[in-house]
Amino acid sequence: MDAFLTSRNVSDVLGGLASGVIYALVALSLVLIWRSTRMLNFAQGAMAVFATYIGFAILAPSTNYWVSMAVAIVAGLVLGGATERVLVRRLYGKPEINPIVAMVGLLLVLESVAAAIWSTSSRPLATPFSIVDWQLNHKPMALSPFAVYEIVTSLVVMAIVAALFQYTKLGLQLRAAALAPEVSRLLGVRVSRMLTIGWMLSTAVGAVTAVLVASNFFTGLTPSGMDGVFAFGFIAAAIGGLDSPVGAMVSGLALGVVFQFVGDYVNSNAIILVALGMLIVSLMVRPSGVFTRSAQRRV
Amino acid sequence: MIVVDDLSVSYGAVRALQSVSFEAPSGEITAVLGANGAGKTTLLRTISGLVAPLSGTVRKDDEVLTGRKTEDIVRLGVAHVPEGRGVIAEFTVEENLRLGFMIAQGSLPDALAEQYEMFPVLGERRRQAAATLSGGERQMLAMARALIARPSVLLLDEPSLGLAPLVTAQLMQQIRDLCAKESLTVVLVEQNASSALRIAQRAVVLRVGVVVANDSAVAVRDDENLRQYYLGMVE
Repeated sequence: MDAFLTSRNVSDVLGGLASGVIYALVALSLVLIWRSTRMLNFAQGAMAVFATYIGFAILAPSTNYWVSMAVAIVAGLVLGGATERVLVRRLYGKPEINPIVAMVGLLLVLESVAAAIWSTSSRPLATPFSIVDWQLNHKPMALSPFAVYEIVTSLVVMAIVAALFQYTKLGLQLRAAALAPEVSRLLGVRVSRMLTIGWMLSTAVGAVTAVLVASNFFTGLTPSGMDGVFAFGFIAAAIGGLDSPVGAMVSGLALGVVFQFVGDYVNSNAIILVALGMLIVSLMVRPSGVFTRSAQRRV
Repeated sequence: MIVVDDLSVSYGAVRALQSVSFEAPSGEITAVLGANGAGKTTLLRTISGLVAPLSGTVRKDDEVLTGRKTEDIVRLGVAHVPEGRGVIAEFTVEENLRLGFMIAQGSLPDALAEQYEMFPVLGERRRQAAATLSGGERQMLAMARALIARPSVLLLDEPSLGLAPLVTAQLMQQIRDLCAKESLTVVLVEQNASSALRIAQRAVVLRVGVVVANDSAVAVRDDENLRQYYLGMVE
């Protein structure tokens, strides 16, 4: 059993899941916005990092990690809501290029402002979990307390979002507003409020993601720290289907594991090539996403 | 009661409604008839606030609806079943009904049970996606979803569209029973004039945005000119 748990393949799966949950969270927050407002939020990573700076850099460095994380989540809610009200709202019904340019612009502005205020040097967060791998019979297992924390936190966030959408009155309205805005208004759903809430939720999920990424001792918090993660999360969302939260999360996890195997068995430089290859193949075979399905009519 | 007073609506340079006035009393069905493009759908969309009028007002009893948001007009008890029914295909039958109940007070299970009693087929299919329903079942779902919030005004846009004659007849009967039982104000937009006139007490006939007749349903049905020129009812 011990030999199995420390074997090369199991290590790759575990390591892959630890990074896969991060891609899954990024993909989820992109899907939340795409479903409601048909926009790709290219500033997602920068917004998440900005919220994280508010939680971890404005407060005194001695502040409890969990307090800082809670502040970052609240900052994410506020930043997401404000972005929708002030910027995004002006882009509805405009040509598709407008939101793309606006979101890339927001990305550059937020990263520059963060760099100007907090500098570009990496800032370590006081992570409450060790990143040293556990040992089994003096052999390292590719799993650390920090990786478990990352995986568990991500799964909890996904479960909360899923439960909110599936079982609450707010979730029902959020889904209805995304699927049929005019009909929803006729039933009393305040659709424009739902769009704001969608951006708030998405940015809050992003804030948790950025806190997890920055909590890793080796990366720390930097203004552009989410750029690479965002790219892989975006690929996960595109493969899984931008309309499918489940698809985004599953393909995020799968990407993490595939990348780990590629990095281990081939070469870590090949990961980005494999990622692009998977994206191209999936867009050729299932352009609307692997997990997107349209309801079949049975009369 | 719905009172439409001197209502004009335009889409850019195109005048869709021109000084439209009529009253739809409670407990009665008012049929709004006319050919394609007469402005029937625009009239309903203006009543429920989806379209802003150029001038004129819409009132429900003593309350002015004009200028209010759709979301608030619904909360005043005006339910609008739009053209094409507006059933959310990706939702289950029950999710559609839960959405309709969102603005209502009271117990959801009771309200659901009441609708399932009125439309038994919806109860049988409560967990099915609405996409799997037939046209008639979708129309029932759209009606149930509007009724579950206990509205006092029901705006129906072409409920018979795409339904078989027998299903249409049943549906019309159901609308009449509901209207009498709940003393609803029903504004029924129809291209199918004969089936609408069979259940309506009053009728308003529109021709390119202008009211050409506003009378009892019987009088409209018996007017040879109206039947021939505006309603396309040839014996």
